[in-house]
Amino acid sequence: MLLRKTLSALCLALVASAALADATLLNASYDVARDVYKDYNPMFQKYWKAKTGESLDLKQSHGGSSKQVRAVADGLEADVVTMNQANDIEFLAEKGLVAKDWAKKFPNNASPYTSAMVFIVRKGNPKALKDWADLAAPGIQVILPHPKNTGNGRNTYLSAWAWALKQPGGNDAKAQEFVGKLLKNAPLFAAGGRDATTTFMQRGLGDVLVTFESEAEMIAKEFGKGNFEVVYPSLTMQTEFPVAIVEKVVDKKGTRKQATAYLEYLWSKEGQENAAQNYLRPRDADLLKKYATSFPPVKTFTVDEVFGGANKAFANHFKDGGTFDQIYVAK
Amino acid sequence: MSSNKLTRATQEPAWVRYTLLAVGLGFLFFFLGLPLVAVFVEALAQGLPIYLEALKESETRSAIWLTIVIALAVLPFNILFGVAAAWAIAKFDFKGKSLLITLIDLPFAVSPVVAGLIFILMFGSQGYFGDWLSANEFKIIFAVPGMIIATLFITFPFIARELIPLMQSQGKDEEEAAISLGASGWQMFWRVTLPNIKWGLLYGVILSNARAMGEFGAVSVVSGHIRGETNTLPLHVEILYNEYNAIGAFAAASVLALLALVTLVAKTIVEWRMKAETDMLNAELPGEKTA
Repeated sequence: MLLRKTLSALCLALVASAALADATLLNASYDVARDVYKDYNPMFQKYWKAKTGESLDLKQSHGGSSKQVRAVADGLEADVVTMNQANDIEFLAEKGLVAKDWAKKFPNNASPYTSAMVFIVRKGNPKALKDWADLAAPGIQVILPHPKNTGNGRNTYLSAWAWALKQPGGNDAKAQEFVGKLLKNAPLFAAGGRDATTTFMQRGLGDVLVTFESEAEMIAKEFGKGNFEVVYPSLTMQTEFPVAIVEKVVDKKGTRKQATAYLEYLWSKEGQENAAQNYLRPRDADLLKKYATSFPPVKTFTVDEVFGGANKAFANHFKDGGTFDQIYVAK
Repeated sequence: MSSNKLTRATQEPAWVRYTLLAVGLGFLFFFLGLPLVAVFVEALAQGLPIYLEALKESETRSAIWLTIVIALAVLPFNILFGVAAAWAIAKFDFKGKSLLITLIDLPFAVSPVVAGLIFILMFGSQGYFGDWLSANEFKIIFAVPGMIIATLFITFPFIARELIPLMQSQGKDEEEAAISLGASGWQMFWRVTLPNIKWGLLYGVILSNARAMGEFGAVSVVSGHIRGETNTLPLHVEILYNEYNAIGAFAAASVLALLALVTLVAKTIVEWRMKAETDMLNAELPGEKTA
């Protein structure tokens, strides 16, 4: 399937190559994806050159996920968007920039790799934090970014909610009460994922930081491996990193085949291995086994399974008047 | 100043003077000196070779380059507008003059973020001119032209603000004399007005230039953050810092700090020249001062 697509892309490229000079692709991406695409872009350039003889100029734009899609909607001419939240891409779909069925254009819900929400605790886990219940216990300080406007914060919120829902006798009312208790343990809401990390690691605030598994490795690189421990809760969210083609832009620039190939290559062995090396869980089962030490098995759920999709989860919980507002007003 | 023979101006007890001095210098040290030193210390934390390596990175170099290009691009517009506005306000009386002065101050009052958003509203693809611009293949927002426009908006009051009081204090006598002696408008401008305002103009140019190179908010909104293409130095510093690349971030910040220091030196020199020139004029024309 992939081979056939690349072959047809190749034929198209041969036909078109005479007419085209160096094509440029712009990838609008989320904030911390830089390392992933820094390594991936030269890889794809080499692959594309070998396949088609065409030199591609690949450009990156990084920023907060929602800010980036806003920019694309306002006219940033990105050929592809590689994000960390489905509802950001949904926003572009509503604006007619991205196909309505974008999630079906690529395998795995159009998410080439995943991560999981984990706990970062102080060395030796002095407060013995093992699972979500421990985070809601009195006297524990939890560091997380604002659930209303950051992906990281939303994932934490929904993970805790889903865990409470799956407990014996769990229902939405009990989950809301549990999440309320957990949020009461947050001394502040950080502005973003990186800000939360800095608050926890540099300012030494809080007993536990909830963040992406992939972020744990960044913390190790920056602050040293011995200063913290990673705890996997009994159930947590599998976070997806959806990608999509910006239809309007590729049609205008005539870069559809390059953009498609660029995203498809994320699922190739090389692309998957690159994700694994950047501490993102590859979809490829063999590679997941190969990097098993980085990715211990963890029981996860997806937003689609528990909350019926990113849009629905957002509407129920984070829109004005959603459960977050209810909890927060009650607090 | 403190060694004045007459102690009239310094009648406060010594401890008051020294406390004030200590507070002033202490404040300067902690809020200006120390951070400036810290930038360079952090940038050089792992030695000069790594510092230079960080600056050699192509994205950093293109950020430095773009910062300079934008500063140079806004300069002619700023000079033209600044001189024209100051000229009109200082030398002529017309209706709506105070309104014009207020409008010139607008960019000082408006937050840069709002300024950036205004341009997105106007030139963004959902903005007023969005359809026309995209139909005609003009790229303004998320490209260099948009960044130049945003910087222009932020920096255009500086030169006019510098020149208006200067030109007002000079009055229009000399210009009137030139015209009555038969000079054309251009001759009067080049031979009389411009020489009179040149140091003030230069001072305004330096200030607006410093702001243009350091502007963050407005430029951030319209930049699109395309690496190696629409990242200026201040934006690049933030990105590198958020990527935990402290050396790179502080190396880029040190370049900005150096540009600022050069600006300060240039500003001081211009101030000296301005002062020297006014002193000279006052010395030459003792009679006119009483007139």
